[in-house]
Amino acid sequence: MSALTIAYALLFYAATGILVFGVGWRCWVYARTPQPLKIPIPPAPTTRGGVALRMLLEVTLFRTLFRSNKWIWLFGWTFHAALLLVLLRHLRYFTEPVWFWVDLVQPFGLYAAFAMLAGLGGLWARRFLVDRVRYITSPSDHLMLALLAAIAASGLAMKYVAHTDIVALKAFFLGLMAFDWRPLPADPVLLAHLALVAALMIVFPVSKLLHAPGVFFSPSFNQVDDARERRHTAGWSAQIVRGR
Amino acid sequence: MAAAFETPPLGEYPVIPLVREGAMAHSRPFVAKPELQKPLGFPGELTPGWEKAAVTKLGELVSQSRALQVFLDSCVKCGACTDKCHYYLGTADPKNMPVARQDLLRSVYRRYYTFAGKHFPWLVGARDMTKEVLDDWYGYFHQCSECRRCSVFCPYGIDTAEITMAARDVMDSVGLGQKYSNEIIGKVHKIGNNLGLPGPALRDTLDGLEEDVKEATGVDVRFPLDEKGAEVLLVTPSADFFAEPHIDGLIGYAKVFHAAGISWTLSTHASEAANFSLFIGNHDNLQKVAERIREAALDLGTKRLVVGECGHAWRVAYSFWNTLIGPFDFLDARYPAPQHICEVTWDLIQRGALTLDKSANADRVVTFHDSCNVSRASRMGGVPGGQFTIPRDIIRACVERFVDMAPETIGEATFCCGGGGGLLTDDLIELRVKGALPRMQALQAVVDEHGVNYLAAICAICKSQFSKVLPYYKHPMDMIGSVHALVGNAIVLKN
Repeated sequence: MSALTIAYALLFYAATGILVFGVGWRCWVYARTPQPLKIPIPPAPTTRGGVALRMLLEVTLFRTLFRSNKWIWLFGWTFHAALLLVLLRHLRYFTEPVWFWVDLVQPFGLYAAFAMLAGLGGLWARRFLVDRVRYITSPSDHLMLALLAAIAASGLAMKYVAHTDIVALKAFFLGLMAFDWRPLPADPVLLAHLALVAALMIVFPVSKLLHAPGVFFSPSFNQVDDARERRHTAGWSAQIVRGR
Repeated sequence: MAAAFETPPLGEYPVIPLVREGAMAHSRPFVAKPELQKPLGFPGELTPGWEKAAVTKLGELVSQSRALQVFLDSCVKCGACTDKCHYYLGTADPKNMPVARQDLLRSVYRRYYTFAGKHFPWLVGARDMTKEVLDDWYGYFHQCSECRRCSVFCPYGIDTAEITMAARDVMDSVGLGQKYSNEIIGKVHKIGNNLGLPGPALRDTLDGLEEDVKEATGVDVRFPLDEKGAEVLLVTPSADFFAEPHIDGLIGYAKVFHAAGISWTLSTHASEAANFSLFIGNHDNLQKVAERIREAALDLGTKRLVVGECGHAWRVAYSFWNTLIGPFDFLDARYPAPQHICEVTWDLIQRGALTLDKSANADRVVTFHDSCNVSRASRMGGVPGGQFTIPRDIIRACVERFVDMAPETIGEATFCCGGGGGLLTDDLIELRVKGALPRMQALQAVVDEHGVNYLAAICAICKSQFSKVLPYYKHPMDMIGSVHALVGNAIVLKN
């Protein structure tokens, strides 16, 4: 077993642990923190079913963003939808036998990589071209785009420029999952791609990527507009009541 | 109009301005003196060590609010909100972009409470809590009217109002308060209303109104105060008692109750619907001010609670009263929750209980300004969007000509009047005039196209603000009026 294989195996165990426990911890914090008052933002549904539909539209179609700004929506939605397809496509490296629908996704996932880059490019361009967005951009915003773009670019490079030993790679990951380590191909583009992905997993719980779980906990979106019908108390507002 | 600033010009169409850094860096409201701070439970002034106290308070607030917890983590700086704030559109100061305003607080939160901010502050724009940062907070968190327009457009529903309220609460907790809001809250605690109008003076004012209405209509319309056993307790902003054009609204409510034969009363103990504690984000004061309403209702034995035309008061009543002062088990089971006066009036109109003569308003071409707290923080009637349809339906029942302003400037997307959220003070007049720009732009379009000459509103702050800023934009100050003034004009009374 090469030092490289050991290093990457440990890296991916660590990255997975940080991602799962880090995001899980943030979700636990969000869930545990009370929301003392009702603050839904319109168009606020008056039923739980309505809230579920609202949330579904938000996370699948980015409804509010569409209403706010068509350019950001176009680039942002393209990027996220493409990322989803790419991730689904990658499931084939982690499953044996490969699920049939993952097979079906393969050709779309390939085009999606280009769409992903295009979406990222659009978002990045806004950070330079729109003075308002340039003002609010901090170094970490550029770094995050750079990281995602580099992941997409290195992935595409393996498809179109320098193929890697994909069979060996799959064996490596299946081995990791079964705690039965297999050698990792020592291919520079692959190593870069994997290191960048691990970096993304590691920064996820301490960065703005927390918007992904955060949106589900956002009281403006997930509260039912029924303040007059149902008495809502939590945290300090529940304590006031006991004090009376 | 002599002013140290220029009223922004209205172009042919709305423009998103280019960023002008520091354009409003000089805007700061007067600071509350220690004697105004103490009755609210705040330190009188900044004392050494305030930085640490502020950071600790911020941490407490975040740990007590899921909204803050989620909002401070979730912003991706996408920029969707950057052209949505009326203060940005009117001033071009980039710190008036909602995301930048949030970042004033988020940068400090990150520095002390997040991994990235603790270890890589330069990377994520984290900042220490310093006097310079505090000055920025004081200036720019008093350039937000907590109108929530930006949150309607945020893909994560991040509500800048929550952030502004938290920042103001932190500042108050270390002894840096705003004179205007804190002085008013003190008056409510001490006397019962924002104006500091004592009971006898209020009775006197109401007697005067009874005489005025008698003179104008020949009908004995009553303005009862502290009458035990009345069916309705009306809680209304104290501006309705004497300010123009508000007072015509109060006359309108009285005529509605009179025509429908509903017994009602005002209360000296709760002679104020406004609850400025919302603006400063302090929940102890919020609850204490709200509690007066429950006490007054129980004391007078009223069976219905009705709230007059006041934007943030309706937010507090609709969204928070049940939480803060409920349950309302003492109310009539047919009206088990507080109602807006527009709900009462519209219900009566639908039932045919009011006779309305539109010709009384024949000289008026009316448009309606949706007030932010009514539009984006509450509701009316039984269905979503009732807060938009009900006031318009009432107006249409009372006037011959009604037109709406551009759709992107009304309803959920309504633009703030520019004076909400505790900013309705002369020391912020430049901000108020500039912040009114988007609304004035939309108003100008319907004035030019349809000859609109009456801007109807259901918020005391909007009414005062427009009275003040309309002349800056070459409109007469009496163009603004109450929805219930239109009702009061149109209603046909019997003795």
